[in-house]
Amino acid sequence: MADHSRLLSYEKKDSPIHRLSGFTKLVFFLSWSVTSMLTYDTIVLIIMIVLSTVMYAVSRTKWSQVATVFKFILLFLSINILAIFFFSPYQGCDIYGQKTVICHLFGSYYLTVEQLFYEFNIILKYFTFVPAVFIFLVTTDPSELAASLNRIGVSYNICYSLALALRYIPDVQDNFRNIKNSGQARGIEMSKKASLINRIKETTGIIFPLVFSSMDRIETISNAMELRGFGKHKKRTWYSERKLLKEDILMICASLLFCVCAIIYTYHDGSRFYNDVFAPYFMAPR
Amino acid sequence: MKNRFGIREVVAAGIGTALFVALTEIQIPLGFVPNTALQPRVALLGFMAAVFGPVVGGIVGFIGHALGDALFYGGVWWSWVIPEAVVGIVIGIFAKKFAIKEGDFNKKAIITFNVVQVIAHAAAWIVVAPVLDILIYAEPADKVFVQGFFAFLGNIIITGILGSLLCYGYSMIGARSNSLKKED
Repeated sequence: MADHSRLLSYEKKDSPIHRLSGFTKLVFFLSWSVTSMLTYDTIVLIIMIVLSTVMYAVSRTKWSQVATVFKFILLFLSINILAIFFFSPYQGCDIYGQKTVICHLFGSYYLTVEQLFYEFNIILKYFTFVPAVFIFLVTTDPSELAASLNRIGVSYNICYSLALALRYIPDVQDNFRNIKNSGQARGIEMSKKASLINRIKETTGIIFPLVFSSMDRIETISNAMELRGFGKHKKRTWYSERKLLKEDILMICASLLFCVCAIIYTYHDGSRFYNDVFAPYFMAPR
Repeated sequence: MKNRFGIREVVAAGIGTALFVALTEIQIPLGFVPNTALQPRVALLGFMAAVFGPVVGGIVGFIGHALGDALFYGGVWWSWVIPEAVVGIVIGIFAKKFAIKEGDFNKKAIITFNVVQVIAHAAAWIVVAPVLDILIYAEPADKVFVQGFFAFLGNIIITGILGSLLCYGYSMIGARSNSLKKED
């Protein structure tokens, strides 16, 4: 079905990454995203890309599992890169404190080395993060995710909400598709041909039954949970929780250590950007 | 409604998040502004927050946006996840005023709802999101504020129309099944 290729989803396999517990992968994912958010250091970014590519390969993720989403990311990335250039063609010059013009483009737009380098770093930043998200989503059993979150100290109520959400996303999507199909069967135009107002109207026609049937579902589920005494105790155990193995502890230490080192290295010269490359030019007149 | 995070709230946050993620699929392109779309999921967030309060609103916004982005777009932009939670929390704070479940979502409540949602979206998309974009991703200020402004515009339109309608509709249905106390 078309919907399953669109979304990233968990696939059961046997790989070293799959064997790690969800908790380990969560710690890795969080520390990785913190690092990739904070750093703009080209060397750190390149190391992260290499590492995450290796991990991607180890996780035996098939290209077809992520292809659609990946193409979407490329599109999004190019729009973002262009938008940054058009809105602020000299952001890179501000950051690196100099201006080396390559050529004149049009109007007041000049192509500069610093801008290219800055945008190159943004692209790198995307590519450090994307494989980590892929690995995390494709190799982590959704029901383990909630257990892992609970382990890092998130209240089990919230974890349970997440578990419920993951459990019901496919249901809601099926429901949505049924409503949409029956709407189209009655001749409701949903495609791009309809005008904006009409499309809002038709969307409303789908969302209303979808939301209201889900509200009934909330009643049913909460009654069922109440009958089983949910929330009576301060703690709960998780069926899918796994014991941490030696590999897990190693991986957790490694991710945290990498995160700390990368951040220290990034900020060691007082700036999160990679300045060394421009150092020789610093004396040159602007 | 109690402020406590009880079973109903746990389930509402869960199902709300699932709905939010599923609705990520529906985008109505505005047409005249490239790369912006009306997102019905934002209206849903407003509705969930208005019915169940700030905690559910915050969770649906936060987990919903993070999960939806990760599953559909393969990346989590924390600088846009956090403002979504802000929207949910701000609208949710006024949940009692709307009295949707009591079936009292009248004209006054509709106006309050819309004033609150405009303030919530302004705080989230014109202030929080661009500031985080600059802090976290060091993106150019002009770009993120323009982006934020269009997100704000699209979101208040869709919440204003679809969100109000959802609240109104649910309040009518809710009133019908919960009106045991009232006597005609």
